[in-house]
Amino acid sequence: MNMLNKNSVKELKQNKRINNFADGIAAAFFDSMRYDPTVLAFGLGATDPKNIFGTMAGLEDEFGNERVFDTPISENAMTGMAIGLAISGYKPVLTHQRLDFSLLSIDQIVNAAAKWYFMFGGQQSVPLVIRMIIGQGWGQGPTHSQALQSWFAQIPGLKVIMPAFPKDGYNLFRSSIADPNPVIFIEHRWLHQMSWNGEGRVVSPTQLGKSNRISTGSDITIVSNSIGSVYSHHAANILKKYNVGVEVIDAFNLRDFDINSISKSVAKTGRLLTVDFSHQFCSIGTEIIAQVLPLNFADLKIAPERIALPNFPVGTSFNIEKDFYFSTIDICKKIESMLNVTFPNIDDELKEYQSSSKKRFDGPF
Amino acid sequence: MKQEPITIEDFKEFFSKIVRIRTIEQAIAERYHAQEMKCPMHLSIGQEGPAVAISMQLNASDKMLSTHRSHAHYLAKGGNLNMMISEFFGRETGCSGGMGGSMHLIDKSCGFEGATAIVGNTIPIAAGVALSQKLSKSKNITVVCFGEGATEEGVFSETLNITSVKNLPLIFFVENNGYSVYSPLSPRQSSNRHITKISEAHGIKSLKGNGNNIEEALAISSKAVKYVREKRKPCLIELETYRYLEHCGPNNDDHIGYRTKKEIDFWKSYDVIANAKKAIKELGVSPDSLEKLIQENTKEEIDNAFREATLAPFPKIERSISYEYA
Repeated sequence: MNMLNKNSVKELKQNKRINNFADGIAAAFFDSMRYDPTVLAFGLGATDPKNIFGTMAGLEDEFGNERVFDTPISENAMTGMAIGLAISGYKPVLTHQRLDFSLLSIDQIVNAAAKWYFMFGGQQSVPLVIRMIIGQGWGQGPTHSQALQSWFAQIPGLKVIMPAFPKDGYNLFRSSIADPNPVIFIEHRWLHQMSWNGEGRVVSPTQLGKSNRISTGSDITIVSNSIGSVYSHHAANILKKYNVGVEVIDAFNLRDFDINSISKSVAKTGRLLTVDFSHQFCSIGTEIIAQVLPLNFADLKIAPERIALPNFPVGTSFNIEKDFYFSTIDICKKIESMLNVTFPNIDDELKEYQSSSKKRFDGPF
Repeated sequence: MKQEPITIEDFKEFFSKIVRIRTIEQAIAERYHAQEMKCPMHLSIGQEGPAVAISMQLNASDKMLSTHRSHAHYLAKGGNLNMMISEFFGRETGCSGGMGGSMHLIDKSCGFEGATAIVGNTIPIAAGVALSQKLSKSKNITVVCFGEGATEEGVFSETLNITSVKNLPLIFFVENNGYSVYSPLSPRQSSNRHITKISEAHGIKSLKGNGNNIEEALAISSKAVKYVREKRKPCLIELETYRYLEHCGPNNDDHIGYRTKKEIDFWKSYDVIANAKKAIKELGVSPDSLEKLIQENTKEEIDNAFREATLAPFPKIERSISYEYA
């Protein structure tokens, strides 16, 4: 884990010490807070020496303890407090080190943040961002690893954003803070170590978008999010060697996904695979397929398929984890079966990919 | 801290406001049977005292948040009557555009920031409003009204804690009417439990009294507001009071037996309007002509508000969709 220390604040300003996704989030905080004095940042551990995996490093020193602060272990009250600030002219960002902890604040998220603008007839919006981090590996187990984005995506009034790549993480976080609505911003823990040098930081954030096409191809369309988009991108690169064109749409805006782009791509490829990092039951992938079917029924050459997580919790044992989660390999194998072809020497290819890919996550959390 | 003495003008203002609110609430109860106000209605009849006592100490820039039973708070804080009635009628001109109904009132023009329907829901939100006042170095304060039932929610204690940690200008305004719907205190709270001791244990100044007693309600409210305004620290007030009608709806439900006759009789003999009348009379002023005048004026206001509401358009579903996102 790359952590920024106090001395690196200056360097952060000068674009020098951004090495990865986590630094990019800190930079997004930094830039948002520098250009907008109403932005506040808090959460349990926000100002401790580890600064939420480095994602909030240097903020307290730069912006002071009124704008950046640690909190009591009171998720529901902290969420309510954030809402109170948001309806009073501030733009708070609340961070949970694990998504699972936010479950203590569902009343405030669903009954207050998501409803406020609606139930008071559009008089007062709630510009609030709640960051949630999904754990995986090193025995995170049943309650430190839940990916419940479909829950949140089902609630009208919430926006749900799951970035995949570091620069998108930076930009989407900036846009989420600037958005006038409550945004659930979900980061997969493993993304934090992805490299980025900070190139492309901006003064003013753009409006929240819907999706990015990250690979083009004409044989199959993948619609994915978060770490699933990273794996899908890798799979697309590997399968180029087999002359298979994989079009990957990173649908980072989960409730407001870009159905037109997806439908257009499926019309071209005639095949659809969703890669969604969550339990398969009632997942975003399921919703995407349900929306694509009536639009593209005649275009489809084969039935759409889903890659997702099993419909039971992940056990802590390492042996269970390795079978529970999907990776680039599973995506390549699924495409092989969907195209009903055999990729010669694919196992060697994947073995090589595996050994060259980033070091495995080795905890502690 | 020096206390301002309560003047005859204070008594008259208090009396006028509780009479106005009761007259309005009674009119709503009477007209509810016409089934044009199609929303759950938690009337404040009997509980007008605390709402008026605290609101009299506030100005329009001070903020207030409340609960499902918020008509008295909304009106006492200065909320627009016509918009409230229109909201009950589900009209576009309602204070929440017809989206919220009786349980979701708002009037930002007078600092009534919102009332919501989930018990305890606005308590931490009020802490955020108070934190915004602290951060912006405002001289204003925030009041969050809720019942004794909400003190059973975890978020009450969570908010006491953070409010004390951050020294927020927030008044926790507890109206203890002894019931959560039909459930008395006995299965809900230990008889050894004292709400003011819970707040005191968090380092918060806490005051308790009877909300139907005009002198007590005014003195406690004035003391608390002065303390919070000057010291920029939180305070909790617990005022006992009593709801006359059913939990939700326009009817009396004394016959169903969840409250004893003895208890009901006691509280009706300790009615806030009767108490206020007595207090005013003792000061040498006759309250009867004042009461009559207020009732007449309010009746005119009510008729006007109901007329406006029935003439106003209903919101369309398209309008509802536009409220999903800002």
